[in-house]
Amino acid sequence: MSKQNKIYLDYAATTPVDPRVVKAMQPYWFDKFGNTASLHSFGIEAKEVVDKSRKIIADALKANVKEIYFTSSATESNNLALKGLAWANPAKKHIIVSSVEHDCVLTSAAWLEQQGYKLTVLKVDEYGMVKPKDVESAITEDTLLVSIMHANNEIGTIQPIIEIGKICKDKGVLFHTDAAQTFGKLPVDVNRMNINLLTASAHKMYGPKGAALLYVRTGVKIKPILHGGGHENGLRSSTLNVPAIVGFAKAVEILNLPPVETLHCNVSTMAKYENDRLIKLRDKLIKGILKNVPDVKLNGHPKLRLPNNINFRFKYIEGEGIIMLLDSLGIAASTASACSSPKLQPSHVLLACGLRPQDAHGSLRLSLGRWTTEEEIDKILKILPEVVERLRKMSPFK
Amino acid sequence: MYTKKTLANFTNPKNYGKLENPDGIGKVGNIVCGDVMWLYIKVTKNKITDIKFETFGCVAAIATSSEITELAKGKTIAKALSISKEEIVKSLGGLPPVKLHCSVLAVDALEEAIYDYLIKNKMPIPVELIKKHERIEQEKKIVECKYKDWTEAEARATSNKNK
Repeated sequence: MSKQNKIYLDYAATTPVDPRVVKAMQPYWFDKFGNTASLHSFGIEAKEVVDKSRKIIADALKANVKEIYFTSSATESNNLALKGLAWANPAKKHIIVSSVEHDCVLTSAAWLEQQGYKLTVLKVDEYGMVKPKDVESAITEDTLLVSIMHANNEIGTIQPIIEIGKICKDKGVLFHTDAAQTFGKLPVDVNRMNINLLTASAHKMYGPKGAALLYVRTGVKIKPILHGGGHENGLRSSTLNVPAIVGFAKAVEILNLPPVETLHCNVSTMAKYENDRLIKLRDKLIKGILKNVPDVKLNGHPKLRLPNNINFRFKYIEGEGIIMLLDSLGIAASTASACSSPKLQPSHVLLACGLRPQDAHGSLRLSLGRWTTEEEIDKILKILPEVVERLRKMSPFK
Repeated sequence: MYTKKTLANFTNPKNYGKLENPDGIGKVGNIVCGDVMWLYIKVTKNKITDIKFETFGCVAAIATSSEITELAKGKTIAKALSISKEEIVKSLGGLPPVKLHCSVLAVDALEEAIYDYLIKNKMPIPVELIKKHERIEQEKKIVECKYKDWTEAEARATSNKNK
């Protein structure tokens, strides 16, 4: 995406809202502003469009409309999944997550641990991948839930959630997946993947901020964390954010999603689709940087990674410096270095992959998207090595 | 978050790089975030006539490094020792609260470089400077341990070059 000649490579943080989505949302601010709970025509109009939106999104997940609960964010959905399940199923007291989950899953799980739950945080390999066998051996008779993300937000590694889903089904354990980074990029089929609960968010897929969902399979017992007027079948009280939900649905509608046949995450078979274009750009950038910059490594899995994710680590330099120098040259990217975090702690994801804090210090995430062009990639290939060199000249290590 | 001057200092830092045959070197490490700063000084007639830095760290670390070299250049040893972290922060127009520790690193580096110069020239060292040196030395050991393989790689490269 070009804005005053700027290059945006932080699509994993948030995406611009697709102009088609903006247009679809437009009538719902002033002309059709009703509250879905109202009995009059304004309310009916709002309810109808929310129902329609819910259907579009449910179809994309191969779910039933009754199983989709709108929330305000992926963070809320993940909180609701973990806490809501725990409160509704007090007989079981064991929860399994991976060490590379988003903070909102990890801290929700840690909070439940403080309330007396037993928590297992599964280790990952050097690519940030969870081993299905580890999930299997961690499950006990007391296990309520396994929560493993579909793909990682920092390093892009795609988890073997089909295998994990099957294990959970065979063992009679609930399986939740945080698909915030994948819904809209990778095919998702809640049935074939044996998913009981799933989190997705609009603003990671060219929809607006403020709209997200929790899919809850029919029959799964869950309790609300927000109490009030009983919206969303009593699970999520709050006036529905109609314009954002309409935008969410439109963002889904315009997706060129690969067919479910490519479900096994063999991304190379996803030809003809937007992913194919992104994978080409991604791999061009990865190859170019690994070739032209000394002392750089790729974080995350070389193949089983999100089509739009690149994450490097540069030795001897620090990530915040890389980001700010790139920003001064009009390029927006992201880092997980200790210096860039409010707690001055390096990324838990990179540490979980076995990196030492000093290696995590020089991490750089570039995430591509719908408006990333080959010209932009070529420009990065020219600028990034210069930025790294400039910072290394200032570094005592070389 | 960062002031214009901080960002300008970072994108166009002054006095960075190695100084050949320095009269004093200050090598310090920040145990909080892992940043490392090396400061080199040249001293003529009790005045800092040249000064350079090498820093492994964030925007604030590099900006404060650059700033302290500017503040110390041309000053007498005594005046240079009186440069405070508050002075650097003020000179930059402020730093985000979470980054204030970076200014400590810059002051430490300068004081260590002066300590090194005084020791090498068998000159009297203020008691306070000795105390500070002991604290900094402890912290440096902790941080240096982290980058052992990097510094060793550098030493190897240098010795290969000299061969």
